[in-house]
Amino acid sequence: MEQLKKNIKAIGLPRIIIVAFLFVLIILAVVQQQNMGTLASDVLVRFGMNMVLSLAMLPAVMAGTGMNYGLPVGLLCGILGGLVSIEIGFRGGVGLVMAMVIAIPLAIAAGYLYGKLINAVQGDEMMVGTYVGYAVVSLMCMGWLILPFKDPAMIWPIGGSGSGLRSTITLSDNYDGILNNLFAFEIGGVTVPTGLILFGLIACGLVYLFSRSKTGICLKAVGDNPRFAVASGISVKKSRMIGTILSTVLGAVGIIVYAQSFGFYQLYNAPLNMAFPPVAAVLLGGATGRVCKISHVILGTFLFQALLTIALPVANQLMPEGGLSEVIRIVVSNGIILYALTQSGGEGDA
Amino acid sequence: MNENTPVLSMQNIEKAYYGNKVLKGVSLEVMPGEIHAICGENGAGKSTLMNILFGMPVIHNTGGFSGTISMDGEQVSIKHPSDAMKLGIGMVHQEFMLIPGFSIAENIKLNREPRKNGLLSTIFGKKLQKLDEDKMKSDSRAALDKLGLDVDEDIPVAGLPVGYMQFIEIAREIDKENVKVLVFDEPTAVLTESEAASLLAAMKKLAAEGVGILFISHRLDEVIDAADKVTIMRDGTWITTLNKKDTTMEHIAELMVGRKIDLSQKEESAKIDTSKVALSIRNMKVAMPGEVVRGLDLDVYKGEILGLGGLAGQGKIGVANGLMGIYPTEGEIMVGDKKLTLNNPKASIEAKLSFVSEDRRGVGLIPDTSIEMNMVIPAIVNQNRFLKKFGFMSQYDADAIRKNAENYIKELDIRCTGPTQPVRRLSGGNQQKVCIARALLLQPDVLLISEPTRGIDVGAKSLVLDTVVKLNKEYGLTVIMTSSELAELRLICDRIAIVTGGKITDILKPDDSDAKFGMAMSGISGKDGE
Amino acid sequence: MPKSNGMNKIKGFMVSNIVPIVFIIVCMIGVAFSGSAPSIIMMDVISRFSRNAFLVISLIIPILTGLGLNFGIVLGAMAGQISLLIVCVAGMNGLSAVIAASALSVPLAVFLGWLTGKLLNNTKGSEMITSMILGFFASGVYQFLLLFVWGGIIPIDAPGIMLDSGIGVRSAVNLNNLKYAIDNIWKMDIFTAGIIFSLIFLIINAVKLLKRTDKTKVRTVVNIAVFAAIFVICFWASHADACKKMKALCQIPMVTFGLIALLCMFVPAFLKTKLGQDMRAVGQDMKVASVAGIDVDKTRIIATCISTVLASFGQIIFLQNLGNMSTYSAHENVGMFSAAALLIGGASVSKATVGQAIMGTILFHVLFNVSPMAGKNIFGSAELGEYFRVFIAYGIIAVTLALYAWKKTVQAREKNKVQ
Repeated sequence: MEQLKKNIKAIGLPRIIIVAFLFVLIILAVVQQQNMGTLASDVLVRFGMNMVLSLAMLPAVMAGTGMNYGLPVGLLCGILGGLVSIEIGFRGGVGLVMAMVIAIPLAIAAGYLYGKLINAVQGDEMMVGTYVGYAVVSLMCMGWLILPFKDPAMIWPIGGSGSGLRSTITLSDNYDGILNNLFAFEIGGVTVPTGLILFGLIACGLVYLFSRSKTGICLKAVGDNPRFAVASGISVKKSRMIGTILSTVLGAVGIIVYAQSFGFYQLYNAPLNMAFPPVAAVLLGGATGRVCKISHVILGTFLFQALLTIALPVANQLMPEGGLSEVIRIVVSNGIILYALTQSGGEGDA
Repeated sequence: MNENTPVLSMQNIEKAYYGNKVLKGVSLEVMPGEIHAICGENGAGKSTLMNILFGMPVIHNTGGFSGTISMDGEQVSIKHPSDAMKLGIGMVHQEFMLIPGFSIAENIKLNREPRKNGLLSTIFGKKLQKLDEDKMKSDSRAALDKLGLDVDEDIPVAGLPVGYMQFIEIAREIDKENVKVLVFDEPTAVLTESEAASLLAAMKKLAAEGVGILFISHRLDEVIDAADKVTIMRDGTWITTLNKKDTTMEHIAELMVGRKIDLSQKEESAKIDTSKVALSIRNMKVAMPGEVVRGLDLDVYKGEILGLGGLAGQGKIGVANGLMGIYPTEGEIMVGDKKLTLNNPKASIEAKLSFVSEDRRGVGLIPDTSIEMNMVIPAIVNQNRFLKKFGFMSQYDADAIRKNAENYIKELDIRCTGPTQPVRRLSGGNQQKVCIARALLLQPDVLLISEPTRGIDVGAKSLVLDTVVKLNKEYGLTVIMTSSELAELRLICDRIAIVTGGKITDILKPDDSDAKFGMAMSGISGKDGE
Repeated sequence: MPKSNGMNKIKGFMVSNIVPIVFIIVCMIGVAFSGSAPSIIMMDVISRFSRNAFLVISLIIPILTGLGLNFGIVLGAMAGQISLLIVCVAGMNGLSAVIAASALSVPLAVFLGWLTGKLLNNTKGSEMITSMILGFFASGVYQFLLLFVWGGIIPIDAPGIMLDSGIGVRSAVNLNNLKYAIDNIWKMDIFTAGIIFSLIFLIINAVKLLKRTDKTKVRTVVNIAVFAAIFVICFWASHADACKKMKALCQIPMVTFGLIALLCMFVPAFLKTKLGQDMRAVGQDMKVASVAGIDVDKTRIIATCISTVLASFGQIIFLQNLGNMSTYSAHENVGMFSAAALLIGGASVSKATVGQAIMGTILFHVLFNVSPMAGKNIFGSAELGEYFRVFIAYGIIAVTLALYAWKKTVQAREKNKVQ
């Protein structure tokens, strides 16, 4: 009994509940005779398109700033990069690469400013990050209205000044799904979006290599024990800054990957709460506000996205009226974060 | 109540924490109107005794204590701080228990506010009774007047001088109606001299009104000035209780330290070569909370083991932390003939200083990381060792790191399952060795090692100390060892500097008399005219 | 203590009230550019104020208890909404429905507040983020409850409220049956109302002045002067031709305002009771309070309960004024907008007064009213103005939180300095 309790504690109650829930959903899906091939393909796509966004949490946690609730800062840089790339006229694979090329310097600059702030508010990163994210999203809402974009595919057709950008910008005749389809193959009715997943894994690999470099070691030391880091001659502020910038850059790249799979860039209030699913995903994968490994990112994103993807058709068939799957999404993702907050005993750890 | 009945009597108090006896039959009597001082080094058991008197949870969660406590001749049972309060035992805390945003009166009456009925209490009940502000003020005024403190009871505590805050704490205690015994725990530690003097005066005034006072202090001059009786404790045992008129400061000091140390195993220290100064410190100030250094001067000679001793909170710990740039530091520090850049740990490491922290878990280690990584991180970061370069990226050299760890594990005899074991799982002594290995890996000229034996079992203690001596003898390493255990300093150091009040009071030889050490620790310099 | 001269006093006043002063200026610019008539703006602000003031004031007690901005008032709002739905299902109407809903919401809100308090005691140091995430989480549970349990598990027969399938509550529920139930009990034009309210407060303050003789006298005298001025202005305006239009348009819901006024008097009086004093002590230093024998956890739970109950009342007042309810989103922004309003009034994460709440509510809603039109007239885009006011709401919270956190680190550094 004691051993069982210990094991439950080690794995974490919410993880057990959610994995069990996932199994129930899969069984239900089989019973409902859902098309398992399509479902599996969807899971793989959602897993791939969210991986980089979840990965963005890792450098922030590593450097001791906790989960990056200010992720929208990075997302906006990514979206802006994507839009500028379209405006200039890049299309297809070049367009995708150029979107990132433009977004990354923007993200570095924004991440630097955000990092300055995060360094000034040590201990309250979560709350400040969340609201800075909100504020920046609403600031950019005004930005989308007045930025001088001209491409007719992107602005409202009425024309004239002040009409601004559309709320969704389609990529259908552009790089929609370009990574998904790269080397994609079908096996047993399951389409594997090879390029998309490969991209995510390469990003993970790069972060892994980074964590073994001198800078990476500094970051990790700061995150693990800032007082140890200080005594070892490591600049805590600099390391936290690097972690924040890296996280912001990954957020920017992540949203571009996300958009190419999704087929749209969503502007205005869409990025508002986009920091929470990645946070919930890595927490589900076993991370805490202090420890986050690549394995947590991959496992967590997979579990979380699998859950949401399978829940959608299953819930819809169970309750055709209204959004049961939406309810599941809200309860699961916020429940995980709440649980993590209580586990850290309010040390500002989630 | 008879004149000769002690207001407080504690008889044969014994207490063990997890089988480790920290109080071995201590007895104590306080008469009404008596100021009774308790003297002893850190770890003598003073605070445990006070925790018992106050019924602190820490005592009862660890199996209680044995012995009896009586007040006014009647045996009492104190199971909780509220019991102590009801019995009329008051405590003036060392750190102020005041709410800065509240007025003086609100603080004095905290959670004992006089109340009266109002509209809200008639609707919602007793908890919403109105505070009787007038009575709060007049009560506070009376308590403050008793202490002779002329300050408006209406102004907030925030921003008041520290000395006032101490008086407000006392006012709170004496405002409690039935206060019979007041405990002052190091009340003058944070006060200026004049503030301390008026505090002692207030204490005497209270005693004159019949309150029994327990006075814990390491300042022997104050003890001699104020106390009627002095109880001396050492290592959890009651040594003696003396009348003030029968004793002297030197006598108390000797009794406090009074440890017979076997100095025979110590080799006659070779004459220290005072021509080469490894480290020169002038007017050093370190803002380390709880261990503040206030203008310290010290020369460390090449090749010596210098001990830094003194009581807790006096600043000895701050010296090494200041040298390493971990806490904000001012002053002029020369390492060899180069000026040290202050407040920059990297610069200190580059100046070939290396530090084994007193706070092993907090500063010394990354608990969940492997032994091998714990050893090499500062070397990687500051000296670019154990790295392989790939263009603009570097990767750590896992093989070299493993080899290094294996070497040190063998050399320092670290008991572990292997270089990848997380240091959290190691015993205290072995953790300490990992810290030492890391410090040595930086190839220092001067090794700063603080509290090297804290939290280590007896067997491992001598191993760690032997390692320090060996490094000094074999590699000529200059060592500054900071320790609360005078005995171990006297065992291995060439010279011992005693830090009191953030300054060096005296530099002693290991074989100087106990009285000299005791006096130095209570802040009285052996040198005349200082 | 040396007496500061007048200039310094003004400067000190400006510095300590910089946030509301800036927003007064922003609002004035907005009003000037909106092109709307002052009476129209006033009318809208009055109705928004009567809707929101309760919710904003419900944030004060947790702030003083050291819990920061209690975004958990969202749970209180949900309690209010559930209660309203229940009375509507029961077929109640008008004032009796509102009173029944309020009574019903008390046990519900106390229960939710108790849970919130428990949770916040487990997450000391990150109460704000916890209460915010809790709000999201509770939103999911609430949706589940109303969409699937109502009608799905508990059979409910109320066609106007439930979806056609009989399972789940409609996403928009018509509350016409109790619209203006409180507001319309007694309405007066703004000036007469001003005269009545200022007279009441004049009397209260005069009684205070007679009863007390100490230092609070100065404040009482100032209060009397202020209310006398309001009295005179209202008296003049109610007879002036220039204000005729405003007099006709701006109707004050007397009972709602009366309730708000009662709450405004309750909060400071409450803070002077034993429980209130305990809360302030806990808010300033949990450790000292606990050493002094105050039950810190219990005090914090009581504070969240009070806040949650007040918020549930606030939401009921809000919805009876609105007359309809978006079942699944009406509560969502309650925490955020209330917090923003309070902060605009000059409150911080650790300090707040009723005055700041009132001031902030007025300023925030003036801004809300004028932003779209001002945006259209300045930038040619009403949308821009709409986004601007949302930005202000988020921005003010972000800035306040950041400043608070930054101050904390600076103070910690100062504290450790060697004298």
